[in-house]
Amino acid sequence: MKYLDEYRDQALARKVLDDIARTVTRPWTIMEVCGGQTHSIVKYGLDELLPPRVELVHGPGCPVCVTPLETIDRAHAIARRPGTIFCSFGDMLRVPGSHADLFQLRAEGADVRVVYSPLDCLKIARANPEKLVVFFAIGFETTAPANAMAVWVARAQGIRNFSLLVSHVLVPPAICGVLESRDNRVQAFLGPGHVCAVVGWGEYEPIAARYRIPIVITGFEPLDLLEGIRMAVRQLESGRAEVENQYARAVTREGNVEARRRIAEVFEVTDRAWRGIGVIPASGWRLRDEFRAYDAESLFDVGEIRTAEPAVCIAGKVLSGLAKPHDCPAFGTACTPQTPLGATMVSAEGACAAYYNYGRHARTIGERK
Amino acid sequence: MCLAVPGKILEVRDAAGVRMAQVDFGGVRREACLEYLPEAGVGDYVMVHVGFAISRVDEIEAARTLEYLRQLDEAAAEEQAREPGDEVP
Repeated sequence: MKYLDEYRDQALARKVLDDIARTVTRPWTIMEVCGGQTHSIVKYGLDELLPPRVELVHGPGCPVCVTPLETIDRAHAIARRPGTIFCSFGDMLRVPGSHADLFQLRAEGADVRVVYSPLDCLKIARANPEKLVVFFAIGFETTAPANAMAVWVARAQGIRNFSLLVSHVLVPPAICGVLESRDNRVQAFLGPGHVCAVVGWGEYEPIAARYRIPIVITGFEPLDLLEGIRMAVRQLESGRAEVENQYARAVTREGNVEARRRIAEVFEVTDRAWRGIGVIPASGWRLRDEFRAYDAESLFDVGEIRTAEPAVCIAGKVLSGLAKPHDCPAFGTACTPQTPLGATMVSAEGACAAYYNYGRHARTIGERK
Repeated sequence: MCLAVPGKILEVRDAAGVRMAQVDFGGVRREACLEYLPEAGVGDYVMVHVGFAISRVDEIEAARTLEYLRQLDEAAAEEQAREPGDEVP
């Protein structure tokens, strides 16, 4: 496929790796922010091709992972209601709540449907006027334009039986949280390419300046990731701390102006709990008051939800770049993608699931702690 | 989750006031909403995420990145040739 295959070219990857090896003079720790990037890095083994002095740690940018257990239980309580059609992207279906996952609820008779786009929910709502259609609106900035448009169109077309269960999260407050941590080891970031395709990279400039940290907005194919690492290493070696854009074919400084406008009309910033991490101030979006009629959280009173995470799980440390999956005693034993104990194992983009799925069941020889 | 796939716009239509496109992803065709890219039209490549085109692929930047990477070792060789001490007086 055009714009994919050419960014998987082995000979070019070798050139970039050689350049990194020529450039690096001391150890550096770089965090890729986005779960999609983590998945590509582990799938292609890019971290194992790098010179030993360049270490990648995996960031918090997996929205399925960081959706709190309490929100998942709330989703399940809504999905169980008679007269409800609960819609979700496919990757949320296997995520266990405190009692079940959405597949099990469907087997028990709940009407749970997988959609490709939030706009599909509007078709379902039109076809089922006697039912309440709820969409599980999770995601980072990348997904917000789609969810905002679904609400916008529902209002414009007078569709009243549609609502969103919103759990939107934002990248910049999360990476500031990583940098504020006392134990932080991250010296540069690969920034989230598709998040920035929507919101641009202007927000990242004050972060680079305040924390003196290089941020390279990076794509998702192997060559993109290696080139992003190369640019980060060059900045680190020369003492620069700037925002650079590796992913120029898809990202501009201002992002998508139309999408940003629609997001601002529909959503407002709110504090948000991140699974494994806790509440981060001003780190999410919720529906504005004028869209309350489309807010499933206010429409469905499901009572108090109490949850508890397994004490053994170190997902918070993994999401902050302070630990690798192998550092956890439960990894690959009590905790697998079939029986996940916490955030980073519940989604294929979580670092623990990526390690497990690509056969890294044990620490490889020579791998650094 | 933040996956976005590049595809080529085959046709554009209005669906009850919403601008939609048929997009080709290497032989697989899917609908995508074009509301956020009013300037995109037939023949353009766009990045599509959960049924929404979120950015237009800049062909010039795409070619520039690849060309730059192809020349990396030549650039390195030149850099090395210019290292101080290596210069012929």
